[in-house]
Amino acid sequence: MAGISRDDVANLARLARIDMTPAELDHLASELGVILNAVARVQEVAGQNVPPTSHPLPLQNVYRKDEVVPSLTPEAALSAAPASEAQRFKVPKILGEEA
Amino acid sequence: MSLKYEDVIAKYEPVLGLEVHVELGTASKMFCGCNTIFGAEPNTQTCPVCLGLPGALPVVNEKAIEYTIMIGLALNCSIAPFSRFARKNYFYPDMPKNFQTSQYDEPICVNGFLDVEIDSNEGIKKFRVEVERVHMEEDTGKSLHVGGATGRIHGADYSLLDYNRAGIPLVEIVTKIVPGTGKYAPEVARAYVAELRDILRSLNVSDVKMEQGSLRCDANVSLRLIGSDVLGTRSETKNVNSLRSVERAVRGEMIRHAELLNKGERVVQETRHFQEDTGLTRSGRSKEQAEDYRYFPEPDLVPIVPDATWIETMRAALPEKPSIHRKRLQEAWAVPDKEMASMINADVLEIVEATVILGADPTKARGWWLGEIARIANEKEVAATDLPITPKDVAEIVALVATGDLTDKLARQVIEAVIAGEGRPSEVIEKRGIKVVSDDGALMAAIKKAISTQPDVAEKVRGGNVPAAGALIGAVMKETKGQADAAKVRELLLKHLGQ
Repeated sequence: MAGISRDDVANLARLARIDMTPAELDHLASELGVILNAVARVQEVAGQNVPPTSHPLPLQNVYRKDEVVPSLTPEAALSAAPASEAQRFKVPKILGEEA
Repeated sequence: MSLKYEDVIAKYEPVLGLEVHVELGTASKMFCGCNTIFGAEPNTQTCPVCLGLPGALPVVNEKAIEYTIMIGLALNCSIAPFSRFARKNYFYPDMPKNFQTSQYDEPICVNGFLDVEIDSNEGIKKFRVEVERVHMEEDTGKSLHVGGATGRIHGADYSLLDYNRAGIPLVEIVTKIVPGTGKYAPEVARAYVAELRDILRSLNVSDVKMEQGSLRCDANVSLRLIGSDVLGTRSETKNVNSLRSVERAVRGEMIRHAELLNKGERVVQETRHFQEDTGLTRSGRSKEQAEDYRYFPEPDLVPIVPDATWIETMRAALPEKPSIHRKRLQEAWAVPDKEMASMINADVLEIVEATVILGADPTKARGWWLGEIARIANEKEVAATDLPITPKDVAEIVALVATGDLTDKLARQVIEAVIAGEGRPSEVIEKRGIKVVSDDGALMAAIKKAISTQPDVAEKVRGGNVPAAGALIGAVMKETKGQADAAKVRELLLKHLGQ
């Protein structure tokens, strides 16, 4: 694990729309590098006979039936939203692609 | 001054690629039990899972997997023995989770094909469109941009989000690049989407309503110089929500690319939005900087390993292919190839079939849908099937013409009135007092009046010039306000004049 570069962190911040100062970038690049290297140690114990997995349990084909269950009320759905209007979630203007 | 299409295809060869998104017609969402009703009040079909609230865990809708495998089988795909979901991370509020659950490098269906036919002036041409993959994902929420002059995102003050649609099962069907279509690229694109739609409809896995967005097409287009094997830069046009628009979008993009290339400029790889009113596209965002989705396997969902017996059961239960169904109809109705192609091209085959099922004669049903109704649809620039006239209305009109209660001319009036919203055919006939004048006495009175105003014409007919009778028949039809049966008038008139 080669760690994470300052450019990587800057790119991630851009993708996540987090505004970071140069000092924060410097700080996080080294801090995230340490964390990643710690996690990467797991790879040292994974032998050739252990296939990569995305789930901790050996499960497959877990399904639910196509049945409708009651949804939240709109009031409940919107209750934790910082802002709402016309029964919709209100968000700051978005730059980019139209949905 | 834009380039002519002929000049584009004289120099360049188009290369197509099509991505079609289909909302599946399941009762509940992809990963939760919320309802999927179109047009419900905002945010009435949401829950912690589709709102991405902390701790919520998704569970896959089995029906959605079944439908996706059926689609794959119908498109001659291999079904992957093992596939997984992935997170497509992006920071945009149409997904409250900040990612869309999709499939990335392990799609459920791969390597299929779909054969399409187009009706050209060189006859029926066949093309094979190869399908790269069919994968599962979920639809996004709907944004409403508030403020700003145009209601568009640029200049908007803020946006309002309705998450009813977020999490509805969505299947993406991606073609390989389709080379070799030449000048027919726009028609091939349209025929592919039409054929795909018919297949999806026959499978009963989606309501495939392009105007409601349950079937959406993104058209990728690039140009290369004829004879070159270097692919050009492609643009991806979104927002294409009718068959007609698919064709227009591809043609429009070919012209736009050619203009840029002819000027020595380069085509930017970007997403563009189709504008229904102008038929042109406008730039969305530049792909080069926008796409970094950081896909990774979805840790909250387990792999899909479909049982071989299950797949074979589905394969055995696949419905008749639309292409075979069409052949069967063509034979049963004794329709010539060209007429069949016209019906397919006008997208009225299904509605003609529905009219025939209600008892109408196939030739008559076809005649009205392709004739008067198509004419009105053209005038209004909508699809014939979107006009407010139903197969039942047309079957009723066909029956009234067959019994002699309406003439073709009166039937046209009734059709116009039904489309204008005056009610069902029987209501229109009653309200307008439309009826065929078949009373011989009334017709003879009109005939005699016509003869007396045009004695010279009558003399010609008496002298054996039968075609001259047309002017007299016309006068009688005018006198009876078009409510007479022209054939009957002709018969009576000629008899009266000794012919």
